[in-house]
Amino acid sequence: MPKRSDIKSVLVIGSGPIVIGQACEFDYSGTQACRVLRDEGIRVILINSNPATIMTDPDFADATYVEPITPEIIESIIIKEKPDAILPTLGGQTALNAAMALDELGILKKYNVELIGAKVEAIKKGEDRQIFKQLVLDAGADVAKSVIAHNIDDCLAAVEVLGYPMVVRPSFTMGGLGSGFAYNEEDLRRIAGAGLQASPTTEVLLEESILGWKEYELELMRDKNDNCVVVCSIENVDPVGVHTGDSITVAPALTLTDREYQNLRDIGIQIIRDVGVDTGGCNIQFAVDPKDGRVIVIEMNPRVSRSSALASKATGFPIAKIAAKLAIGYTLDEIPNDITKVTPASFEPTLDYVVVKVPRFAFEKFPAADPTLTTTMKSVGEAMALGRNYSQALQKALRSLERRGSSFHWTGNPGDKAALLEKIKVPTDGRIVAVQQALRAGASNEEVFESTKIDPWFIDQIVLINEVADEIASASELDADLIRHAKDHGFSDAQLAQLRGISEEEVRAIRHGFNLRPVFKTVDTCAGEFPAETPYYYSTYEDETEVSPSSRKKVVILGSGPNRIGQGVEFDYSCVHASFALSDAGFETIMINCNPETVSTDYDTSDRLYFEPLTLEDVLEVIHAEQQSGELVGVVVQLGGQTALGLAKGLKAAGIPILGTTPEAIDLAEERGLFQKILDEAKLLAPANGTAVTLAEAEVIAARIGYPVLVRPSYVLGGRGMEIVYDQLSLVDYFDRIADQGIVGPTHPLLVDRFLDDAIEIDIDALYDGEQLYVGGVMEHIEEAGIHSGDSSCTLPPVTMSEGQISRVREATEAIAKGIGVRGLLNVQFALANDVLYVLEANPRASRTVPFVSKALGITLAKAASRVMVGESIASLIANGALPAKDGTHIPAGSAISVKEAVLPFKRFATKDGRFVDSLLGPEMRSTGEVMGIDVDFPRAFAKSQSAAGSALPKSGSVFVSVADRDKPHLVLPVRRLQQLGYKVLATSGTAAILARHGIEVQVVRKHTDPDSIEGPSIVDLINDGKVDVVVNTPSGSHARKDGYEIRAATTAADKAIFTTIAQLSAAIGSFEAVLAGPFSVKSLQEHALDRKAALAK
Amino acid sequence: MTTALLVLEDGRIFRGRGYGKQGSTLGELVFATGMTGYQETLTDPSYAGQIVVQTAPHIGNTGVNKRDEESDKIWVAGYVVRDPSRVVSNFRAESSLDEELDKYEIVGISGIDTRALTRHLRSAGSMRAGIFSGAAAAASDSQLLEMVRAAKHMKGLSLSDQVTTEQAFEEQPTAASIGKVAIVDLGIKRSTIEHMLSRGLTVKVFPAKVTAAEITAYQPDAVFYSNGPGDPEAATGQVAVLREILDQKIPFFGICFGNQLLGRALGFDTYKLPFGHRGINQPVLDRTTGKVEVTAHNHGFAVRTEGLDDITSPNGYGKVKVSHISLNDDCVEGLECQDIPAFSVQYHPEAAAGPHDSSYLFDRLVDLVATNKKAK
Repeated sequence: MPKRSDIKSVLVIGSGPIVIGQACEFDYSGTQACRVLRDEGIRVILINSNPATIMTDPDFADATYVEPITPEIIESIIIKEKPDAILPTLGGQTALNAAMALDELGILKKYNVELIGAKVEAIKKGEDRQIFKQLVLDAGADVAKSVIAHNIDDCLAAVEVLGYPMVVRPSFTMGGLGSGFAYNEEDLRRIAGAGLQASPTTEVLLEESILGWKEYELELMRDKNDNCVVVCSIENVDPVGVHTGDSITVAPALTLTDREYQNLRDIGIQIIRDVGVDTGGCNIQFAVDPKDGRVIVIEMNPRVSRSSALASKATGFPIAKIAAKLAIGYTLDEIPNDITKVTPASFEPTLDYVVVKVPRFAFEKFPAADPTLTTTMKSVGEAMALGRNYSQALQKALRSLERRGSSFHWTGNPGDKAALLEKIKVPTDGRIVAVQQALRAGASNEEVFESTKIDPWFIDQIVLINEVADEIASASELDADLIRHAKDHGFSDAQLAQLRGISEEEVRAIRHGFNLRPVFKTVDTCAGEFPAETPYYYSTYEDETEVSPSSRKKVVILGSGPNRIGQGVEFDYSCVHASFALSDAGFETIMINCNPETVSTDYDTSDRLYFEPLTLEDVLEVIHAEQQSGELVGVVVQLGGQTALGLAKGLKAAGIPILGTTPEAIDLAEERGLFQKILDEAKLLAPANGTAVTLAEAEVIAARIGYPVLVRPSYVLGGRGMEIVYDQLSLVDYFDRIADQGIVGPTHPLLVDRFLDDAIEIDIDALYDGEQLYVGGVMEHIEEAGIHSGDSSCTLPPVTMSEGQISRVREATEAIAKGIGVRGLLNVQFALANDVLYVLEANPRASRTVPFVSKALGITLAKAASRVMVGESIASLIANGALPAKDGTHIPAGSAISVKEAVLPFKRFATKDGRFVDSLLGPEMRSTGEVMGIDVDFPRAFAKSQSAAGSALPKSGSVFVSVADRDKPHLVLPVRRLQQLGYKVLATSGTAAILARHGIEVQVVRKHTDPDSIEGPSIVDLINDGKVDVVVNTPSGSHARKDGYEIRAATTAADKAIFTTIAQLSAAIGSFEAVLAGPFSVKSLQEHALDRKAALAK
Repeated sequence: MTTALLVLEDGRIFRGRGYGKQGSTLGELVFATGMTGYQETLTDPSYAGQIVVQTAPHIGNTGVNKRDEESDKIWVAGYVVRDPSRVVSNFRAESSLDEELDKYEIVGISGIDTRALTRHLRSAGSMRAGIFSGAAAAASDSQLLEMVRAAKHMKGLSLSDQVTTEQAFEEQPTAASIGKVAIVDLGIKRSTIEHMLSRGLTVKVFPAKVTAAEITAYQPDAVFYSNGPGDPEAATGQVAVLREILDQKIPFFGICFGNQLLGRALGFDTYKLPFGHRGINQPVLDRTTGKVEVTAHNHGFAVRTEGLDDITSPNGYGKVKVSHISLNDDCVEGLECQDIPAFSVQYHPEAAAGPHDSSYLFDRLVDLVATNKKAK
C-alpha cells in the first residue's frame, strides 16, 4: 500500500531555538521531512521560532511560520491553514511536548487534526516512567529499581529501597535536564528539588545506580505493517553516568557478541511494538553490566533524536527522511535505499568502517560551572569522524574538535601516574586525553579500567596508539611503512611532526615524497555488497580510492565544524545556501565538514560530501583528490565561521584558489593598526583605545580615555575574556581573575577601548562585489553597546534610527568594504552615541545574523554572496531576480518588525555547590541559540520573541526591581507604567526609596544579604516560592555583585522573565501592553514577503 | 609480523600480515558482511571449503566461548580480516580468537584493504583464492597463482561428506515432547537443533549418506534437511532420498542447502549466484503475510523457478509457491508445496549469527508435525 491519500497538508513542528540537548540535528531532520513531504505533493506548513535554521527557509515549506511554539499560536495556525495532520516527531522534545499540550487542551480533537509519526498514547507510554517500566519488564528486560516521587518527602523515603548513590531523573524534560547522581541527603534534596521544578508534571524518578555499566543505544524504525529494522547500534565509550550526548560514542557497537547484540535487538523491537510507534523511529538506551551481562533499559524516545541524526550520518540511512515517509503511510519495503537505489530501506545497514563521535564543551564560558560530566547534558556540539578502524576514527574525531589539547600528545612528562589515575575517576571534558597520559605514565589497562570503567578494549586501543607513537619517535627515520602504519591509526601530520621534532610541513613533504596520500571510501550502508550511487566519502590510508572522476567545474565549501557557542547553525545555514546557489549556477559543489548534526553533512545537500576534520592537512588532501579530475574553481572559506576562515592562509600558501575576499584582505580587518588606517582614510571614528600587556599599562590607558572601558584579549573567539570595567578597582580585579589563564601577554596584548555608555549598537550585514554595496539588513541592538552581539536582542528594521542615520551606516559600510577589498559578505558593528557613529569592528565573512536577515526581509544573502564570490556582479544578481531590486536599507511604511532574541544556557550549568551560574550578559557570548518574533510593530514582535525564547511575559503578577545606581534614574517611567498595567511592584530598599519619591507604591523586600534580624522572606525566598513573575536586576559594582547573583540564579531556576538591562525593560513595556491586549495573530514568511514586495513597489 | 599474500585466481594479489597459522590454504573466496558473530561464522559448516573475508574491520574483540559455537570446530578454509583484536573483552569469553585459529590451524591474513577486496568480488564474482604466509609466501607470485588456479571449483563440488556427523545420534527435547524429527546433517548448526529441542521436538541426526529406509525406520513426524556447503547439483544422492520422503508425504522442512535440495527434488534447477548472499542484514519478504524479515544469509547457490505462484513441480509433486523472496535481488528465498506437506527457506531462521525475525518458521514446523499427527 503506498502513501495515504487522505493527507493533503501537514503541519510540521520544529524544535525552536538551539539549546543544549536540542541542537541543529533537528534542523537536519526537519529539513529532510519538509523536503520529503513536498516531494510527495503534500502542502507543508511549518512552525519554528528559530530563524537560523535551514528548514525555515521559505523554499522548504508552503507556509513557514517563524512564531513561538506555543499551543495558542499553533491553534491560530491550525485555524488559518487547516492542516490534515501534524507531524511532531522531527522537532525534538519541544515538538513532542507541544503536540501533547495540543492534545490535552482538546485542540486536536476540536479541529479534527491527526497526529502522525507517533500517537499520543505511544508518546505517553514512552515517557511515563511507570508505564514504561512495565513495558520493559514485559519485553523480557530489566529496569533499574526505582521509585516515583512527587515531593521531597517521597524522595527521602526512597532511600531505604535504593540506597546511595541514587539517580534522579525529572519526567518530561529534554536532554536529561535536571538529572543527576545523589550521593547523600544533601545532594538528593538539591537535585530532586530542582528536578521537581523542571518537570512539567512535578515528578521525578529515583533509581538504583548503574554507574560504570556499559551503555548502548539502538536506533529502530517500524512501519504500519509491523516491519522493524535496527538502523544502527551505538556504544558509549564513557560508561553509564555520563549523558550519551556528553560521551564519546562509537558505531557500530564493538564489544558485544552476536548473542548479546541480538538480545538487545529483540528487546528493542518488543519495546517499539509495545509502545506503539508504528510509523516512525525511536531510540532506546541500554545499560549492560560488564560483569554478567544483565541488561537494563534506560529510556526510549519515540521520535528522531540527536542519536538518530548521528546514526543517519554514520550509516547513510536517513532516519528522518524515512520517518517522514512512514508517517504518511509508506512501508519500509516500499522506500528505496537512497544510496544503492536498487535495494529497499527494509534492511539493516552494515558498516565496514568505524564511526566515532566526540562532544564539544564550552566550560570556559562558564568559569563558575562544575565541569564534571553527569546525566545532564552539558556539551554544546559534537564532531564525528569515520575511519577504517577505531583508532583512526578516534584520532580524526579528536582533531575535528579544533581545540588545543583535544588530541593525544606525547610532549613533556605525562605526570604522576597515581595522580592521573585519580583524576580520570571523574568524567570531564578531555578525560580521554588524561587516560592516554595515564597510560603514558605507566598505568596498566586494568588500573585505567578500575578508575574509569571504560571497556578494556577501548583502553587497549589507546595503548596501541601510544605504542605506535613510541615506534614513530624511536625510529631512525620516518619511512613509508612507518607513515602508513601511523596513518592507519589516525595520526595527523601535526602529531608526527611533534613526535619527530620537525615541522608539520616537513612531515607533509616527506609523506608526499613517498606519494602517500589518503584514499577515500564511500559510506554505502552495505559494506560494499552493492554499488553506491551517493558520493559520501571519508578518508583512510589504504589501497583503493572510490572518488569518481568528474569533468565539471568544482567549488569546495568548508563547513564550520562542531557547534560551539559563537559558531553554530547560522554558519551551516550559509554553507548550505552557498551549496544550493552554486549548484544552481552549474558548479559541482563539494562540502567538507565534520559536524553530524547539520544539514551540510546530509549527503543530499551537495554534489559530494567529505566527512572530514577541518584541519589544513585533511582539507588539502580532499582538494588534492578532487583536483585529479575536472577544474577546481576555488574554495569558499567565508561562510564557515572562524573554522573555515582560519584555513584560508594555509590553503592559499599551498596554491589553492580562495573564492571571494582574499586572506590578505581578511587580515586587514583583523589587524588593529591596518584597520585603523582604513578607518582614517574613510574618515570614520573608532572609540578611543590602546593596547596593554600589564595592569599598570592598562591603568594608564583607562585613565587617558576614561572609564568605563571595554577590555578584551586579542586573538580570542566569541568575546572570550571580554568585559566592561567601570573603575580602577574593577580593573585590578579583572587582572587578578585572568592572571592564570594566559590570555594576555606580550604577543597577544589586551585591547582597551573606551566603552560608549548609552550608545546604541548597530549590526549590518552587507554584500560587496567591488563595485556596489548591497545591504542585507541594518539591525539595532536592544541592549546598549557592551553586550556581545550574539547575546543581544536586536530589531530589524531599526526602531529608533532615522533615515539619515541609516544612510550614514550604509556609507560607512561601503567605505569599509572598499577599504578592505571585500568580495562577498561583510558584517560591521557600529555604536551610535550622541549621534556620533563609531566603528566597533568589521568582519569580512558570513555573520551569525545572515539567516535572520534572510528570514526577516526575504533577502537570501548567503546565496547571493556565493555567486558574487564566483564572479557574478550584484547588478546581474538583481537583474536575474536573485536579489530584490531594493536592498535592506529600504524600509517602506508598514514594514513588519522582526526581533531576534538570544537563548542562554544558564540553566544547564550548576556550580559545584549546585546553584546555577550567573545569568548576566556581557561582552563574552554565551548564548546557544536564537529565536525571532515577527509582527506589525515592535511591542508585538518583542513579546513574541520573549515567548519563543521561553520566558513569556506574564499577564499579571509581581515585578521585582533592584538596579544599580547608574540605572536608577531611568527606572521610574517603565516601572510606573507596569504598575498602571496592574503589576505589583517589589523592590529592595534603595530602589524602593527612589521609586517612592516618584510616587510609585512599592513593597520593600529584604535583600538576601541583609541580616536575618530584618523580618520577612528575602527576595530569593520569594523567587524560589514562585511569588515573583518578572525580575529586573542590573549588576552594580563588585560589592553588591553577590546579592544580584543570588537573585538571578534563583530566577533562572524558576524560569521567570528576567531583565538585566534597563534598555531591555524599556523596550519590553509596550510588549506587556501587547500581551494584555490579547492573542497574537500569525502570518507566514511567504505572506510577509508578498507584503514587503507590495510595499516596496508603492 | 610476517608478510602474507592473498592470491586471487584472476591474478590480483593483496599483501598483508600473517594471521592464525602460518602456511597456505586454498578455497573459494567469499565475503560476509555481518558486524557481529564471527565465531558463529567460523564454526558454521556451510563455510567449509571457503576463504571468508569479514567486511567488519575489527574481529576478535569479544574472544570465543563454548556457548556460541555452531559446531565443534572451525570450518572455513581461510580467514581474511582487517584488524584482529589484541585483547579480549567480554564477560563470557573463554579464550581469544587467535588461540582458536591456532588450535584449528586456520591460515589467515590481516591488514589488507578488505573493502577493495569486497568490491572486487562484488564485481568479478566469488572466485578461487589462496592465502600464503610464512615459508609458503616465499614462492613467486606466478607459482602461487598457479596453485590457486589448480584448486577445485566450488561449482560441482560435493562437500557434505566432509562436514556431516559420522554416527547418527538422538537428542531429547527441552520442552514437553510433541514429535520426532529426522535430521539429515549436511552441515547442521547447533542453533537449528536447539530451536527444535526447545519446541518439544525429539531429533535424530543422521549422516548425509543416510538412506530413505533408514529414515523411515525411525518413524519420524517430519524430516529436516540442514544447511551445508557445496553445489546442490552434486548432491544427487540426497535429492533421491528426499524424493522418496516426499513420495511418502512425510512432512519436510529444509534450510539453505535443504531448500536447494527440495527445489531439485521438485524438479527445479539451481544456479550459482555471482557473489552470493552472506550477511545478517538481508531483507526477505514473506509473500504470504506481506511482512519483511531481516535475516541471516549464507548461500552461494539458489533455486530457479518460473514465476512465483502456482508453479507446477516438474517432478509431479503438484503446485508449488515461492513463499519468500529476497528484496535485494528478488532471488528465491523460500518454497512452499501446496499439495504435499513440504516447505523450506534459503536463509537461516536459526540465525546465529543474525536477527531472530524468522524463528517463527520452526513454529511452522511444529504446526506441520501437529497437523500431520492429527491426520494420522
